[in-house]
Amino acid sequence: MRLINRRPGPALRAFLALLPFLAVFAVYAVASDIRLTENPSDRLLPAPSTIVETAARLFTEPDRRSGRILLWHDTAISLQRLALGVGIAALSGLVFGLAIGLLPHVRAALGGFVAVVSMIPPLAILPILFIAFGLGELSKVMLIILGITPFLIRDLSQRVAEIPTEQIVKAQTLGASSAVIALRVALPQVLPRLVQSVRLSLGPAWLFLIAAEAIASDLGLGYRIFLVRRYLAMDVILTYVLWITLLAFALDWALRALSRRAFPWAGAAA
Amino acid sequence: MSFVSVENLFHSYGRRPILERINLTAEKGEFLSLVGASGCGKSTFLRLLLAQEQPSRGSIRIDGAPPATEPDRARGVVFQRYSVFPHMTVRENIVAGESLSRPLGRFFGAGARAARARADAVLERIGLGHVAQAYPATLSGGMQQRLAIGQALVAKPLVLLLDEPFGALDPGTRLSMHDFLLELRAETGMTVFMVTHDLEEGFKLGDRVLVFDKPRWDPTDPEAFGATITYDFDARNGGIPFQTIKEDIHVHRPSEA
Ligand SMILES: Nc1ncnc2c1ncn2[C@@H]1O[C@H](COP(=O)(O)OP(=O)(O)O)[C@@H](O)[C@H]1O
Ligand SMILES: [Mg+2]
Repeated sequence: MRLINRRPGPALRAFLALLPFLAVFAVYAVASDIRLTENPSDRLLPAPSTIVETAARLFTEPDRRSGRILLWHDTAISLQRLALGVGIAALSGLVFGLAIGLLPHVRAALGGFVAVVSMIPPLAILPILFIAFGLGELSKVMLIILGITPFLIRDLSQRVAEIPTEQIVKAQTLGASSAVIALRVALPQVLPRLVQSVRLSLGPAWLFLIAAEAIASDLGLGYRIFLVRRYLAMDVILTYVLWITLLAFALDWALRALSRRAFPWAGAAA
Repeated sequence: MSFVSVENLFHSYGRRPILERINLTAEKGEFLSLVGASGCGKSTFLRLLLAQEQPSRGSIRIDGAPPATEPDRARGVVFQRYSVFPHMTVRENIVAGESLSRPLGRFFGAGARAARARADAVLERIGLGHVAQAYPATLSGGMQQRLAIGQALVAKPLVLLLDEPFGALDPGTRLSMHDFLLELRAETGMTVFMVTHDLEEGFKLGDRVLVFDKPRWDPTDPEAFGATITYDFDARNGGIPFQTIKEDIHVHRPSEA
């Protein structure tokens, strides 16, 4: 039988899915063990048990100086920045995407501009943002917005333009105005795509968030990681990295679930 | 003046003529089938009737109104595909036939309930009552086209334009769609233009069959000339002409005396 036609059964599939995780964990555990037997005070690869202890401490014990559990505060402020940035970006992506996709005049005016702007590496303009908006919340949120909005606009406007002409013409023969076509025909059909594009841009959004926090902040997940780097606190860094990964995964999963529930018609096709 | 009148219509894409010198009149309630070789410009002609595109020259008038500049409620349309809204349920699609012309594209409160009730009556009529809550993607091709036709008719257009509406259906479904369309037509007395590549279908459904072809042909440059209507068959009575005597000159009519 050809390899392309061989399929794993349920049990094997579950095992195969776990395998890479187990492999990475095993490699790490062994490497850590080797280093620690050579030098018990090695800080580069803390033992898994140490990481678990550190994690338990970080999640439950308040900071001695401020009396707050820093991890939760870091999480709250980072998620707030992320939500603001991604939310504003999604909204403008939707509005501009609809306008560019539906209105030839707006497309003529902005199509090329957005294509060029989306080529600007967002991190390269981070200094400009700090200069223009200061070191406060605004510049961090702005980095996320500027970083992902062009992608969202391009993706959504393309999606709007891909709506079959037949549908747009049909709506016109039913007497729909441009606004009604945007609201009742185009908008509902690009919403599932919006959720999908937002899921895709969450990766870059986290990147911009952590970069901005690393450079100028006094709270936040990215700030903490870069702060403890000075003390080579690998156990803290790894805990935060795992936590961020978990958060990102949960967000992605939640968006996918939302999309399935909110747009049942989108799954029915094909 | 005729209900639909097409005067000296020319259409070209760039420098390439597609349609030339088309003159046509149709009466209210007539069913015209448009046939012709693939790529000869039937769909283009339908798009011009629809006012989705503007002719290079000439004009199209419906019910004496000035030539339209964009699609409007006077023209109903069903394409081969994509003629219903995938994100609306079957019932919502029918309601949309009335509601899209309203300011926000929907009905509210009592108006919405009344529109739903009317839509359900339409769905019963077109045999889709049992799938009112379903999304179009879950329907068969025939049911989707039924829905598309029903949706177009709810808006009460002056003319119904069909571009190979049954082209993607299997033969059995096609036949039942023919009956469906003939029934609806008998009920509404609507004026229909239907493009088809199936001659038999054209003659079966139409009162007239218009054949699109190129009257002039340049063997060195097949694209030098456009197509026009080369034949206009009377397709009533199974295509056999002179079966109904329309003698209105020499017959004595008591009522006029
Ligand atoms: N928007 C367009 N731009 C340029 N050429 C077109 C366009 N639409 C159709 N054509 C050309 O016009 C000719 C007639 O097309 P069409 O009306 O779709 O033919 P039919 O429906 O009779 O098969 C085709 O050769 C097609 O390539
Ligand atoms: Mg065609």
